[in-house]
Amino acid sequence: MSIREQFVATKKYNGIALALMTLGALAIAGLYVTQGSKADEHQQARFWAALLHNSVYFLLVVNAAMFFICATTLAWGGWQMAFRRVPEAISAVVPVIGTIAGVILLVICFGNNHELYHWTDPVKAKTDAAFIWKAGFLNKNFFAGWTVFTIVAWSVLGWKMRQLSRKLDEKPLESNEAAKKYVWNNTVWAAMFIIIFSLTVMSSIPWLWLMSIDAHWFSTMYSWYTFASSFVAGVALITLYVVYLKNNDYLEYTNEEHLHDLGKFMFAFSIFWTYLWFSQFMLIWYSNQPEETIYFIKRVGNTAKDSPYAGIFWLMFIINFLAPLLILMRRSSKRNYSTITFMALLILFGHWLDFYQMIFPGPSPDHVPMILYDFGVALFFVGLIMFVTGKALGRAPLLAKNHPFVKESLIHHT
Amino acid sequence: MAVKKFITGNFEEEAVLFPAVKKARRSGYKIHDVFTPFPIHGLDHAMGLRDTSLHTAGFIYGITGTSTALGFITWALTIDWQLNFGGKPFFSLPAWIPIMFELTVLFAAVGMVLTFCYLCQLAPFVKKDHFNPRSTDDTFVMVLECTDKTNEAETLAFLQGLGAKDVQVQHKETGWWLGRYDKDTMRFQKKAEVAAH
Repeated sequence: MSIREQFVATKKYNGIALALMTLGALAIAGLYVTQGSKADEHQQARFWAALLHNSVYFLLVVNAAMFFICATTLAWGGWQMAFRRVPEAISAVVPVIGTIAGVILLVICFGNNHELYHWTDPVKAKTDAAFIWKAGFLNKNFFAGWTVFTIVAWSVLGWKMRQLSRKLDEKPLESNEAAKKYVWNNTVWAAMFIIIFSLTVMSSIPWLWLMSIDAHWFSTMYSWYTFASSFVAGVALITLYVVYLKNNDYLEYTNEEHLHDLGKFMFAFSIFWTYLWFSQFMLIWYSNQPEETIYFIKRVGNTAKDSPYAGIFWLMFIINFLAPLLILMRRSSKRNYSTITFMALLILFGHWLDFYQMIFPGPSPDHVPMILYDFGVALFFVGLIMFVTGKALGRAPLLAKNHPFVKESLIHHT
Repeated sequence: MAVKKFITGNFEEEAVLFPAVKKARRSGYKIHDVFTPFPIHGLDHAMGLRDTSLHTAGFIYGITGTSTALGFITWALTIDWQLNFGGKPFFSLPAWIPIMFELTVLFAAVGMVLTFCYLCQLAPFVKKDHFNPRSTDDTFVMVLECTDKTNEAETLAFLQGLGAKDVQVQHKETGWWLGRYDKDTMRFQKKAEVAAH
């Protein structure tokens, strides 16, 4: 039996991707004209916040695909082999969005507008006690260096993982010994990615890029919380691509057993995300220190005047916790292509909202800015991810057929 | 409990067992159970067993735990014995969520274990007979239940034809029963003799 190994992006697919990017570019231009080009620093900050929000969110989401590959590699998992080329292709977007996000972050850091990152203000950095105390970590040079290092490291290690996978396509492994060596080699590179990942996404990067918007406030759980958010959205994106390819008669060996496991990941990490959010919230709520509660008052407080973001927060809470909990709990819903597609879209949107309410109370503490623009900016990145992923999918066969674990995936059974 | 008649067959290979199970089902025999020394993937499917409803029971126990915790703490701290903790309102949901979570887990876990024991008929002093002691060691034992319409000789031949060894006719009491194995075997032999007369 022959299978359709080679993905060809249809004209319609690329057309939609380019159309979305055009719409997004228009939205960015519109936002620049109405906000970014104004003299008022708050309006400028609102423009940059929109770019920061979308670029960082989508960068972390596509990078989560490489985390998925490396985590399953380290665990010597075989079940994901049937569709492993999908997260590989998604992770190929990391260098592209990484460059964009890096430029945006450096412009915000070194630009003259200090509304978003208050700690970049040279006067405040010398007078504000909290900023003096944090200067060893929150300073422009470290921010720039660590940001560049992080994005380069993700890109390079991700590229290495993809290379290792593609190496086998033309040249099958000759012996069991060679297979063992190959698996070990993969394990070592995956471990290196995980170490970099834990030093960046799981700890320092969300502190630098996002938490430093509320530079007086701090939480050690913040990075884990951000990681959980981006990982569950990353799995949702992988699932969407798996379903898309299945619908177009690709991925013959991927079936509802694999979908079931992806569904379990979405279910489990939605709950994990809630657990982290609550762990962060409850201690602060309990001890009730004004310098700590200030973060949550804007987001979940119960007066409309002080907490403009409460509506967005509760909408996101329903989307990101209650809906996955109740809908994805049943076995049959995890094995159903329609339900799982719906939930994946919902989760991607929900965590986009999560990042929104993490970022925007900084530059716009009194009211929720016009969110339609942010949807527009998001479309640009969605189109970009579609376009680059489509290209990357077409570059290699869809089944890594010579990988030692591929049989395990073909007979996978939950 | 009623004593029923069963016909058992031993299979030594998994590759023989699976087609045999499928064929026995297709031919309309009533498979009482298949006893194996270790869990076998897909055997439940081949036997045509429905999915377990244990998880539904678990969900019900879970929400019972959540609502028990929520209900009790609400009653205790807002109606029965109001306490002021650091100026928080009496109804302080965030503080109760860990306890609600713990009780959800506790109720679900304990309830599911007990339900599992009930469904598998496991309890202290309850004895189960598994027809052939070799099913705990190295062979797979398929047990067909005889009904009024079962032709005993034909069934024995059918099982042998499928590759079964050591094909036997046995009389067993189904369901829950108390006792000891050595005496029970004798009890069945007597009953079987009575039934044969």
